[in-house]
Amino acid sequence: MAEKKSLGKEFTKGLIKENPVLRLVLGTCPTLAVTTSVTNAIGMGVAATIVLVCSNIAISALRKIIPDKVRIPAYIVIIASFVTIVQMLVKAFVPALNTALGAFLPLIVVNCIILGRAEAFASKNTVLYSAVDGLGMGIGFTTALCLMGTCREILGAGTFLNGIQDLLVLFGDNVLGGWNGFDFNNGLSAVNLQPITLFILPAGGFFVFGILMALANKIAAGRGKPKAELHGCAHCPMAGSCTKLLENGEKNGKCGNGDKDGKNGENDKIGERNTEKEGAAV
Amino acid sequence: MKNLTVSASPHVRASDTVTGIMLDVIIALIPSLIASVVIFGFRTLLITFVCVACCVLFELLSRKIMKRDVTIGDLSAVVTGMLLAFNLPVSIPLWMCVIGCFFAIVVIKQFFGGIGQNFVNPAIGGRIVMLVSFSSAMTNWTEPLVWRSGVDAETTATPLSILKNANGVYDGLPSLRDMFLGIRGGCIGEVCAAALIIGGIYLILRRVIKPTIPLCFIGTVAVIMLMAGKGDFKFMCYELLSGGLLLGAVFMATDYATSPITTKGKIIFAVGCGVITSVIRLFANLPEGVSYSIIIMNILVPHIEALTRPKPFGTVKEKKNKEEAAS
Repeated sequence: MAEKKSLGKEFTKGLIKENPVLRLVLGTCPTLAVTTSVTNAIGMGVAATIVLVCSNIAISALRKIIPDKVRIPAYIVIIASFVTIVQMLVKAFVPALNTALGAFLPLIVVNCIILGRAEAFASKNTVLYSAVDGLGMGIGFTTALCLMGTCREILGAGTFLNGIQDLLVLFGDNVLGGWNGFDFNNGLSAVNLQPITLFILPAGGFFVFGILMALANKIAAGRGKPKAELHGCAHCPMAGSCTKLLENGEKNGKCGNGDKDGKNGENDKIGERNTEKEGAAV
Repeated sequence: MKNLTVSASPHVRASDTVTGIMLDVIIALIPSLIASVVIFGFRTLLITFVCVACCVLFELLSRKIMKRDVTIGDLSAVVTGMLLAFNLPVSIPLWMCVIGCFFAIVVIKQFFGGIGQNFVNPAIGGRIVMLVSFSSAMTNWTEPLVWRSGVDAETTATPLSILKNANGVYDGLPSLRDMFLGIRGGCIGEVCAAALIIGGIYLILRRVIKPTIPLCFIGTVAVIMLMAGKGDFKFMCYELLSGGLLLGAVFMATDYATSPITTKGKIIFAVGCGVITSVIRLFANLPEGVSYSIIIMNILVPHIEALTRPKPFGTVKEKKNKEEAAS
């Protein structure tokens, strides 16, 4: 990438412009599965962030040692080690979270965001930048999960931050003085209202996901990098056959997979579809 | 020569407009509305009014916010509102209607581009959202005609849920005459078969809909139910007259945007609806399957269209060519 790097930029890009969930459409499986409550969303987000930062650091440090041909298995081994550590820690210190997240905690191993950042960023950048990138992406992931969790929990269950004490058990048994999240159900039933159950069901998750994605695209429109640069030409599935890549070189970012202004709708769609495929593979 | 205008096709124009078609649908729904007032009281009018008003309002607001042309003049939002209201029990709280309308118009219709772009029928989508979210309120059926005596409405079971546990005994079921006239528990607009049939005949005579989808849909259910009841004709009649089958087959499955164009496609679509409805009614935990069957087939419509694409005039099938080449 020709553009000058700054630590701040690497950190903030993960929040909106290149938000892993809402813009890159990576890691959609945990996103849809655990966001039925904010507490679960925070737990998942923090666990994934820790793994992401650690694996980014390790992969970045080892990037010159890992042979190119076996890089994916090598990355997976590194990521799996950190996930195992995090899972054991969660089991020991926050058992309620382990029960709530179930299989999705060990499944962080195959979370596309982590492998995606290893492949697209950590394998090409220094340790410091990779750590900052991982932190930014992790916080972006957590924020997106919390947003979805907030919408779904309030609308679908009529509660907010329910069971937060289970998460904070790490800092003591009663840090919040017995407070365990808001519960609007009594107030709602007093005025004959009830939560919309659909939102804690998978269908509601997709509704919220789609709407948030549309909003993030709206906010980031014109500010984000063109898709070609976002994913990097080298990782484009069409890289081998892309003639424009050979003609223009990567720096122009004018390959067949998305263009500078995103005006070319057809190509843009191809780029998005590829991203979705990656997301669906999680 | 002054009158000669050179323009691109189509050169033959019909006077049909979206507004005119929607107006015909509204007229066809009026008999059911009158019947529902007779059966369940004036609250049905209130529910219909709230649904129509909400749908039009949400359509207006969402079009304004998305900076698109305002399309409330085509009356499609009114039709959606009426159909959604017809799919609700009379005891439904009004705020739930508002949420149902929001989903039907904003999420299912406008997020996908407005009229003609919706991937499923908005009214059915709204109903399913409400059914999943507020299952107890959505299945709270009121005894018919009780409102006249002034006593508080009692809850009752729908003929379908009685049928499900009946095993050939028809105790507690209304007579077939009552079923035909709509003296039974159920949603506002689905109970009166007579009124729905009048509306359907009106639509067919006005050429707003073709009879293919309703007839195939109802026919498929009839055949399957006749087989399931081992030739019991009475059982089949009860199945046909109960639930939302007539309402769904005549008014919802025939929605232009969400049904196939070709006759072949329409038949596949309608038979699919009938099979899914029967399977849900016979084997699933739910008593009623019309709305789910229509929504599932709605989603399959693009594939049905792709499979039934008509052969352009004068072309030869590719397969034949290959066979000839091989021989």
